[in-house]
Order: sequence, then structure tokens, then C-alpha cells
Amino acid sequence: MATVRPAVSVNIPPIVTNTAARDSTAALAMRMTISKVNFFYGSKQSLFDINMGIATNKVTALIGPSGCGKSTLLRTLNRMHETINNARLEGEILLDGQDILKQDVTSHRRRVGMVFQRPNPFPKSIFENVGYGPKINGSKRPIADAVESSLRRAALWDEVKDHLHKSAYELSGGQQQRLCIARALAVEPEVLLLDEPCSALDPISTAKIEELLVQLKDSCTIVIVTHNMQQAARVSDFCAFLLTGQLIEFNPTPQLFTTPGDPRTEAYITGRFG
Amino acid sequence: MNARLRWRKFVSGFMLTLTGVCAAISVSALFLILGYLVVRGGTSINWAFFTRLPVPVGEVGGGMANAIVGSAKLLFLATLFGVPIGFLGAIYLAEFSGSKMAFVVRYAADLLNGVPSIVIGIFAYALAVLPFKHFSTLAGGFALGLMMIPITLRSTEEFLRSVPVSLREGAMALGASKWKTIATVIVPAAYRGILTAILLAFARVAGETAPLTFTALSNSFWSPGWTQPTASLPVTIYNYALSPYEDWHRQAWAGGLVLLGLILVINIVARGILARGISVSRS
Repeated sequence: MATVRPAVSVNIPPIVTNTAARDSTAALAMRMTISKVNFFYGSKQSLFDINMGIATNKVTALIGPSGCGKSTLLRTLNRMHETINNARLEGEILLDGQDILKQDVTSHRRRVGMVFQRPNPFPKSIFENVGYGPKINGSKRPIADAVESSLRRAALWDEVKDHLHKSAYELSGGQQQRLCIARALAVEPEVLLLDEPCSALDPISTAKIEELLVQLKDSCTIVIVTHNMQQAARVSDFCAFLLTGQLIEFNPTPQLFTTPGDPRTEAYITGRFG
Repeated sequence: MNARLRWRKFVSGFMLTLTGVCAAISVSALFLILGYLVVRGGTSINWAFFTRLPVPVGEVGGGMANAIVGSAKLLFLATLFGVPIGFLGAIYLAEFSGSKMAFVVRYAADLLNGVPSIVIGIFAYALAVLPFKHFSTLAGGFALGLMMIPITLRSTEEFLRSVPVSLREGAMALGASKWKTIATVIVPAAYRGILTAILLAFARVAGETAPLTFTALSNSFWSPGWTQPTASLPVTIYNYALSPYEDWHRQAWAGGLVLLGLILVINIVARGILARGISVSRS
């Protein structure tokens, strides 16, 4: 049947599971709030009653084994799930206190940018790629300014400033991914979503992007899906562990990795499955 | 055992020869046609052929200028009519329609593509000639355009579908609407393929005769404007080839050579565009 829950029975954790952690986050402003989110692909439910907050100007990581729903959860945050037929979302997601499902979808996506698993530059020049967002959105700011500042924020400017009009496909994979980050930043989003942004990259490119994320959080709220637990530990402030569509644990990152509150989290981060 | 092996070797050699010969025949057909056209019509191709009107039987010289211009006008109209419909229809098919609807449209397009060109001619005759009571360039362009629709539609759809989903998602995640995504990312990414498709459709109808004999008819003189019957290369070739005059036969061969040359050039240009590399990397 459609909404049968998996055999594992869980107590859905509150937004932050333990008291000490709640104290540490009490003062934090929440950029986004996810409450009672259920998600279905056709008749198959893939997210079960998710509740969590995305803290402003912090990096929140979503971890869990393949198929646990972390990418699905990420995609709901900028409503990319709506591009899939038969996808259905229940519950409420707030951005700055407003229900995102009631906003115009294109203006919402300008506020919540997304970077995908594989670099996906358009078959255009570097300049046109980064300028694409400001151009289609009719930005009043000169596009060249937006391109330069976005490339600087993505730590790519020095590498490409002399050949902005070359095809984006001439860049290396790591550069292409930073280009995609620059392209997303050019729209000046409040939240940046990254779906396993380093899974197709070598370790050096990965390190560059991780460094970049830490710098970016001063001006942007970041949510990152990652398969790589070391990466989550390095870059994130908060970490959510998902399993079979359920949020098992959501805590400040150091706490989740040192004193996990749930035996399944511990099993996952110590490598017993996943 | 030894005899068996020899037999096997013989069969293998025989089949290799047979398939090779068949491949050679396929390739040489084109060169034979081309060579024959050059031999028979090459001498009649001169400046006058491209610039002069046909002359009455018995007079020396003359050309097919009116047929060449007529063909150009007909193909222009056909492209103007067939390409936008095929192109926009393909966008609907590839981007908007559900799978059932797409199946129906695709199937209908394939059937339309298979309709004999003479039937298209009769249809265009009933629709664009009879109501106006005279043959016209417009009616000819309509008939050829009708034939271009399914070819353009099907191949454009293929190229649009081959644009990776990741590019669509990339554009939509930046706040582009569906139409913006199509216009600024998907079509530009597929434009080489689409252009090739249009050129091939163009080359395909350039040599069509049957639909034109019912619609544009023919004309021994210039056809001013768009509402007069007009000469065209294929129909003029047909008329000349059927005539009992040796002069006209030579002109017909020359016309065939020009037409084939045009179609070959278009095909080569189309392949060239495609070979310059598909504009989207497929990783």
C-alpha cells in the first residue's frame, strides 16, 4: 500500500535531539523551516514526516546511505521535485517565514540556488554561463560586474579572467563545478543547495570546493548533501542523518560525530553499513 | 575434416566477396548516376543555362533560368511554411506533451512522411488550386512544405530530446521558466542538429516532381509574383525528358545534373555542420 511505513519504528526526533544542542542553537536564526514533510513518488513514499530547521549562514549537511531520501529532501527546498511527474509533497517548508509552496516557483528558485552532482555548465562561454541568471532575471546591475564578483566568490576568477569568452567545456571538472557555483551565486540566492557537489571530482578540486563553502557561509546559507562523512565533518555546522526516508538524528556536527544520539547513526558513521 | 575446412573457407570467401560486391554496387550507383549526368548533360551546362529562358524547339541555346528561380521560390515558400510548424511541433512533442499524446503525434508524423508524394500533390491540388481556379507558386510551396513538416518535426524532436536533463535542471534552478529554459538553453544546445535536420528536409523535397505537377504546374516563361504557375527544375526535367527532341533531352540531363549537384552540396554542408561536433558534451 501507498503509505506503509518501513518496519523500523522510530520516534521522530525533535528539531534538535538533545538539550545541550538545543541550547546552542536556541539563539540561531532559522533561514528555512521544514515541518511535517512527507514526499511521494507516485505511490511510493520516500520521505516520512521530516522536521528540521536550516540555520542562517551555517552549513547544514544531509548524510545517509544511497536512497535514504537526502537528495529528495534537498530538491524539495527549491521545488525542483516539481519537474518530476507524479511527485507529491505534503507538509510545510518556510523560507524567512513564508510558505515556499505558495510563492511563484521561478522567483523562489532565484532565492534558493542549486548546484548538482555533476557539473552542468551550459554549452556557452564562461561569461555567458555566469551571466545567465542575471540576464534572464533582468538584473539592473551590469552583468559584467555580477560575473566578476560571482567568479571571485567562487574562487575561480584568477583562473579564468583572461579567457572569459572561451567555452565552459574547456575547463576542468573541478573548475566547471566552481563555475556552476559561481553561476548559482550570480543570482544572489539566500540559500545555496549542493547535491553531492564533489562526487565527480578529484581530491584537490574537492578540497578547493570545501574551502569555498566555508568562506561562502558568511553571505549565504548552505545545505549540502554528501556521501562522504569526512566531508560532512569538515564543512558542516549541523548534520542530519537520514535513513529510509526518515530523519534519524539532527545535531550540531561535532556532537553527531562524537556522541551520536541514536545507535543507527553510530552504526552508519562508524562504517557498519551504508 | 580437411575437405570440411576447405568448404568452410570457400563459403567464407564467397560470402565476403558477395557482401563486398553489394556494398560496392550501393556506393557506385551514386557515382554512376553522377557520371552519366555529367557525360550526357555536362556539355549543355554553360552561362546561358543559368541565365536564359527556354527557347522553342529548333532554336539553338536557351536555358532553364525560370525553372531555377521557380525552384528557389518554391523551396523558399516550403521552408517558410513547413519548418516553423515542424520545429514548434517538435518543441511541443519533446517538452510538453505526455507520452500518449507524443506517441500519437509521432506516429501520425511517420505516416505523413510515408504518404506518397503524388497523394500530397492531389491533396494540395484540392486545397490550394481548385478553390482559386488556377495553379500557382503558392500552391506548389504549400505541397512541398507539407512534406517538410514530418521530416523536420521528427528529427528536431530527436535532437531536442538528446539535450541532457542536467542542462534543463541547471537553467530551472536559476529561476528560468520552462519557456526561457527552452529558448535560451535547450534550443541553442541542439541548434546544430536542428539546422542539419532542416537542411536534409530541404534537400529531400528539392527534387520532388509529383506534388508540383498538380500545383505549380509549369511555365515556359518567368513567373512574376506568387500566384502564377511556375516552372521548377524537377518538372521541367520531366517535361523535357518526355519530349521527342534531342536538344531538350540534353537540357533535361543538364537540369538533372544541376539538381543533383544542389542536393549533394546541401547534404555535404549538413553533414559538415553535424560533424563539427554536437554542441553538448555527453559525459
